[in-house]
Amino acid sequence: MADYVKMWENLGMDLESHDLLCQVLPTAVGDVFMTQENRPKAMDFWDLVISEVHGIRPAELIEEQKKGRKVFGTFCVFVPDEVIIAADGIVTGLCGGSQFWVPGGEEVLPKNTCPLIKASVGARLGRTCPFFRIADVYVGETTCDGKKKAYEILGQDVPMYIMDVPQMKRPKDLVKWKEEIADFAAKVEEITGNTLSVEKLKDAIRIVNEKRKAMKRVYDARKSEILPISGRDALLMTQISFFDDPERCAKMCNRLADELEQRIRDGVSVVPAGTRRILLTGTPLAVPNWKLHNIIETSGAVVVCEEMCTGTRYFENLVDGSAETLDELYMALSERYMKNNCACFTPNPGRIEDIIRLAKEYKADGVIDCSLKFCGLYDIEKRSVAEALKAEGIPVLSLETDYEDSDAGQLRTRIEAFVEMLNES
Amino acid sequence: MRTRKIGHYGVGIDIGSTCAKTVMIDPDGKAVWRDLRPTGWSSVETARAISSDLSKGFGEEVEKHYVATGYGRVSVPFADKCITEISCHAKGAVLLFGEKNLNVIDIGGQDTKLIVVTEGVVSEFLMNDKCSAGTGRFLEVMANTLSMTPAQLCTLAGTGKETQISSLCTVFAESEVINLIGRGTAREDIAWAVVDSIVRKVRTQAGKLRLGKGPLCLTGGLCDFPYVREKLQAAFGREVLTSPDARFAGAFGAAQYALELTR
Ligand code: SF4
Ligand code: SF4
Repeated sequence: MADYVKMWENLGMDLESHDLLCQVLPTAVGDVFMTQENRPKAMDFWDLVISEVHGIRPAELIEEQKKGRKVFGTFCVFVPDEVIIAADGIVTGLCGGSQFWVPGGEEVLPKNTCPLIKASVGARLGRTCPFFRIADVYVGETTCDGKKKAYEILGQDVPMYIMDVPQMKRPKDLVKWKEEIADFAAKVEEITGNTLSVEKLKDAIRIVNEKRKAMKRVYDARKSEILPISGRDALLMTQISFFDDPERCAKMCNRLADELEQRIRDGVSVVPAGTRRILLTGTPLAVPNWKLHNIIETSGAVVVCEEMCTGTRYFENLVDGSAETLDELYMALSERYMKNNCACFTPNPGRIEDIIRLAKEYKADGVIDCSLKFCGLYDIEKRSVAEALKAEGIPVLSLETDYEDSDAGQLRTRIEAFVEMLNES
Repeated sequence: MRTRKIGHYGVGIDIGSTCAKTVMIDPDGKAVWRDLRPTGWSSVETARAISSDLSKGFGEEVEKHYVATGYGRVSVPFADKCITEISCHAKGAVLLFGEKNLNVIDIGGQDTKLIVVTEGVVSEFLMNDKCSAGTGRFLEVMANTLSMTPAQLCTLAGTGKETQISSLCTVFAESEVINLIGRGTAREDIAWAVVDSIVRKVRTQAGKLRLGKGPLCLTGGLCDFPYVREKLQAAFGREVLTSPDARFAGAFGAAQYALELTR
């Protein structure tokens, strides 16, 4: 491992505490990923990135900052990367997926806040994540109540810009979101000092669309009966894509997709024929949250698709970049982003339609709907999800969990029982 | 010595959080050995002790196949297979009650399970979460507070009159019970409230799944208490079946799976 200590120190990080985090991560990576057999070779890229997750990419970002570029930290797939990229800014995801940061978050947040929010706040205030230190500005959004209020706390420590996400999907909400994007663009211009042009925005739209297409190729390969990649590996690819440079990300995903398509032609599967295929839906799985995938894939089943923001919602639907004015391009962005069926919308029939469609496309034998503890939005929606799936004859298991390991045994019993049920029916 | 059937025997070991239940069935599926003992501090030790006791009665002459279930299922080193308590309770209930369509209510030491069985296989199930409300653990804590055994509490409850514990959470409910004691409420009334609380919790959980058409079957440690069965019957508005072997349901199911391994 290269020596990044100086860099971390310059970032004002709490080195002692960060050391503890650095000690647990390699074990987790080893246990979850390196125990798998017959992994695609192209995973080498993501193995490297994750092994030095606090080193390689942060160092790149700092180099770019030295050239005057600005880094925008985001927490939600509603924030349009295209606008930032068009102004020569850099986007990095900032969601906290480790229990390590939760106690820090609990110092300032109520205990009954979802772990994703607690970890994100803890990562910032505890000064143990370089990405949270590097970002020049955070971009929040009005999706769930917990995040809205947490942004107020983060805003005391770091420049914060909030986008107002509509909660419904009427035509006027699309117009409203377009206006939010236009306002955001003005803010991005101010922060970066660069002016947006039709040309630059069209180019950014093309770049992000290419990344989406490449990720979709990898996911499409998972639809095959001959399953060329595990859910764990696919999830890692998706998680890292939130942090990576979009053009390199597309290149690496295409490289992986090439190999996966070849594997399908060669009949190379990572699981024995007949292994039960699971579609996972629910709240996002921020890096390094691999808990569910790991339990499912060591309980005789395999994850073939994630209907979540760290999954299909990140890359499905392209932006139509054919328009010739900024205003029309903002509308095209709004139309694409408003297709995201997050549980923060009401009503939200689109998510259920997506789950059923994806379960069929990915030939899932069953669906696991899992939400993070204290996430009311996704928890409440479980009932309608379960009813719709039952009506379709698709078995479903509803779960709730957090970042702790203490419920691993109980989760495993439920998941094994679900797999046994799928095997017997 | 009576004659023994030649062939494969299935042994089901259900290591629960409080008790370990074992059943051995002969090639015809008839139970020939039952054992119930505390799980103790080491599931592995308990499993070993069970196996050595079993071997005293049934030596090498019978060919035994083992399936382990329950939360300690991974701690049975000699098991041929581990199968979850959900599948085992379902299979055991089908055997014990002779019905292919039924709904299992299992009030266990640490958790409560609701299982819908359709045509002999699990079609839906639910386990309560980390919280101990509506489980044997809740009953145990409350019985302790009242200086009784859980069995005494369940029997006494039948003579009590309507009393409320509003909180379903064990910690808060315990304070409520202490309050009731302080106010001089009769023990049987408090016992009534405890059983009522468990039954209400189970009923609420059942609202999350669609119960199947068959009967409700009560398995697990509470099957010995007619009063609990009555209360469940009233809460669900339908008949609740149980049997003296119902606390062995998981072990029966596991034993049957063990027998099937040989086919
Ligand atoms: S789940 Fe909703 S709030 Fe969370 S990232 Fe996705 S769209 Fe944003
Ligand atoms: S998981 Fe739920 S509560 Fe947590 S940030 Fe996402 S939407 Fe909000």
